[in-house]
Amino acid sequence: MSKAPDIIIIGGGHNGLVCAAYLAKAGRQVLVLEAASQAGGLGATREFAPGFRASVAHTLPQLRRQLVDELELERHGFSLAQEALATVALSADGRHISVAGGELHGASAADSKAYLEYARLMQTFAKAIDPFWRKRPPVPGNGNFRDIATLGQFGWKLRTLGRTDMREMMRMIALPARDLMDEYFESPLLKAALSWDANVGSKLAPRSPNNALIALLYRMSGDLTGGLPMAAGGTGGLMNAMAAAAQGYGAEVRLGSPVARVIVEQGQAVGVELSDGEMIRAQKIVSNADPKTSFFKLLGARHLDIQFTHRIKRLRTDGYVAKLHLALNRLPAFTGLAPPRGRLILAPTMQFIENAYDAAKYGGYARELPMEVLLPSLDDSSLAPAGQHVLSAQVQYAPYGVKGGWDTHRDTFLENTLASLARYAPDIRDCVVASELLTPVDLEQQFGVTGGHWHHGEFALDNWWMNRPTYGASQYRTPVPGFYLCGAGAHPGGGIMGAAGSNAARAILEEK
Amino acid sequence: MPLKAELQSADAIAHVHMGILPTPFHSRTSRLNLNQQWSEWNGFASAVYFADSHLEYFATRNTCGVFDVSPMRKYRFKGADAAAMLDRMVTRDVIAQAVDTVAYNVWCTDGGQVVDDGTIFRLGDDEFMLCCADPCYDWFCLSAVGFDEVQISEISEDVAALSLQGPTSCALLKALGFAGIEQCKPFQIMRFAFGTGQLMISRTGYTGDLGYELWINPQDAEPLWDELFDKGRLYGIQPMGDESLEMARVEAGFLAPDVDFHGALHTVERGHDHTPLELGLGWILNFRKPHFSGRAALLAQKESGNYRRLLKLDIEGNKPAENSILYADKKCGTEIGYVTSAMWSPVVKANIAYGLVEAKYFEGPIWAEIYHQKELRWLRKVARCTRVAKPFWSPERAKATPPPDC
Repeated sequence: MSKAPDIIIIGGGHNGLVCAAYLAKAGRQVLVLEAASQAGGLGATREFAPGFRASVAHTLPQLRRQLVDELELERHGFSLAQEALATVALSADGRHISVAGGELHGASAADSKAYLEYARLMQTFAKAIDPFWRKRPPVPGNGNFRDIATLGQFGWKLRTLGRTDMREMMRMIALPARDLMDEYFESPLLKAALSWDANVGSKLAPRSPNNALIALLYRMSGDLTGGLPMAAGGTGGLMNAMAAAAQGYGAEVRLGSPVARVIVEQGQAVGVELSDGEMIRAQKIVSNADPKTSFFKLLGARHLDIQFTHRIKRLRTDGYVAKLHLALNRLPAFTGLAPPRGRLILAPTMQFIENAYDAAKYGGYARELPMEVLLPSLDDSSLAPAGQHVLSAQVQYAPYGVKGGWDTHRDTFLENTLASLARYAPDIRDCVVASELLTPVDLEQQFGVTGGHWHHGEFALDNWWMNRPTYGASQYRTPVPGFYLCGAGAHPGGGIMGAAGSNAARAILEEK
Repeated sequence: MPLKAELQSADAIAHVHMGILPTPFHSRTSRLNLNQQWSEWNGFASAVYFADSHLEYFATRNTCGVFDVSPMRKYRFKGADAAAMLDRMVTRDVIAQAVDTVAYNVWCTDGGQVVDDGTIFRLGDDEFMLCCADPCYDWFCLSAVGFDEVQISEISEDVAALSLQGPTSCALLKALGFAGIEQCKPFQIMRFAFGTGQLMISRTGYTGDLGYELWINPQDAEPLWDELFDKGRLYGIQPMGDESLEMARVEAGFLAPDVDFHGALHTVERGHDHTPLELGLGWILNFRKPHFSGRAALLAQKESGNYRRLLKLDIEGNKPAENSILYADKKCGTEIGYVTSAMWSPVVKANIAYGLVEAKYFEGPIWAEIYHQKELRWLRKVARCTRVAKPFWSPERAKATPPPDC
């Protein structure tokens, strides 16, 4: 970069790239420093076995058309391999129930009817809450006009749901997923599949109160296709487009450049020091790292107040999802589903999920593991050699702090996962030529995210909106002038969405 | 029949169980505590007075008094991050504090409200002792979050301590053979061999006069007391209790926790906690330091100028303004604050008090509504208050090195 940067962004994950793109588009000199040799963080598509590629984040439920258009991502190479993946509640006996096009297939008449009302209500709620994902969270009582307006709008949105729906939303807001599902549906299989998104990624299960409704609505925040899209080239295809867009607007993306610390002078963030000792100064430093990494490792507690520091320390950051990538020499035969296209939920009942959670709560893991499975190579031949396939699975629950450490449990956990898969695809073992199991500890080590947590910190009501990551840093600014957050630990949270990055960019641009 | 009172000696009733713990000096203090008058301080027995609180008070102003400060809470901070951790917690510059010196400090919440106050002893580059009146371990642990190289341990019961205060204190220590003690400057630390180990002497105290605090291994506590009182007879030594210390500290301009202020972690209602600026502790807020906990909030308050003031007041008449409400006018029409501590000062010969006054009124006239009793009859008077900038009592000898007559 010929000119010294105005703004340094630490971390070239998708939020960092989106933030960089918006800032560069607005004329700022932006430098993105990425530790890995590849941009995109948990969205990057990586070769995990010769010829086989996968990305940790495998679908794009939360992506918005507005972001794609504003950053001209399609011009920069972004396209979809699949517009709308069905969600399939997989049954070992082949009697699956799938959700596609806004209705159920293979369900009882009662469930099919109930689903329409359930979907109507959820869409109504999702619409009410929708603007707030892409707005700076308010700070109540600070007298700021925009914050008062946001709070007013929030109240108005709730009120205009109408008396009945508003009461229902208030009643349901902290309801456990299990209660929500039991109220609407009769099929245990369907209930398990529909409850999946309420908890996955957090240390929560169907019986846990806290965030089920908010997580479900968050999952509905995307509008790219009206279905569940999947990027061509894996999610990394989108990451590359984001990096290209940022660079196209003039940002520099430096790979293989891990930042060791943020330089603070007279209480102000003024630059960064790379782990090789190089110092780069800038007016503003934006961290796409998780809050614990940002505040403890990069900044240092000595620059922060005591109670604030404690709140950051208390953030729940232990990941509970493992990522499994299998290289398959042929398509496995899933009982009653050929080809095995769709987002397959492997959980016969909510109790089955709960049992797996119970084991993980105390530092163990279950013998039978529920999971979400995708075979992205069915729709994207670039991910595997011709005629061969990739299986991508999110496996719950794999506690970050497993007793005895992951080195001693890796083989058993993988074996349990394969055994669980084999109940649905009996020939799976015969197809596997290579595998990669990324436990939360692996995710932490390879991607630099504390606890290997998808959301950089639990996505839950107590860490939501004006409390994300905590009060005092909920508006992308932090207590240290010149230091900002733009990652999943900030509002609204994780998932390939880019909202934290774009909200942060807007907050920074509005400052002067 | 001639009347004869059979008084029991004090130590004859010293065995009576009190439900509170003895300090390392208890075998000595209980013998002298004529009426076995004890208060409870952090679970330990602390003498209210030994014979007569006024006698003890005058000893500390004219000769010397000894107060057992062993119940004070003491903490050790050790490790490569100890200085940085403390520097971020308290309001003064700990990094720059020299080894073998003491500094009075406060520590605040994020909002700048005082959690507690105390003294920091720098014992080495990476070792500190912090003393405060009340337990504060939880706050220190909270403050250490994010600092890997610091070990905090409570050492209250590993260190016995006496406060020797008064004009003859230096001469007495010299007579005990602590050579060079007269060269010890205020807030400096010196060390001497004593008993089985080491005696640490700091020129610190809570009376505003010439004085020292003596820090010793508990097993050497009794010999230290005995030597002090053996040699001290010629220097007018007296044991001091809470009551006389309270008089001395008000005159000296020192604050008492739970009297003049409440720690922020112990208050429930808004405005019942205090910032250092409100308490007149602006002088220990080091804003040249880039950061300390509460700095941003305190800087904003300082710049606004809009905050209550704990004022030192000289009140007309001789009736102590205890528990008085303060007004802006003699007719008591506008209430502007209240008195936190008040006394007739024998040494200053003035009716003195601390009053917390609302921001709007601290520069204007102040009147105290005083209730006092005459033969059981309650009387009311409204007395004019005059602000005093300096501590009421601050003799030259407290600052001189060497002190006079040494």
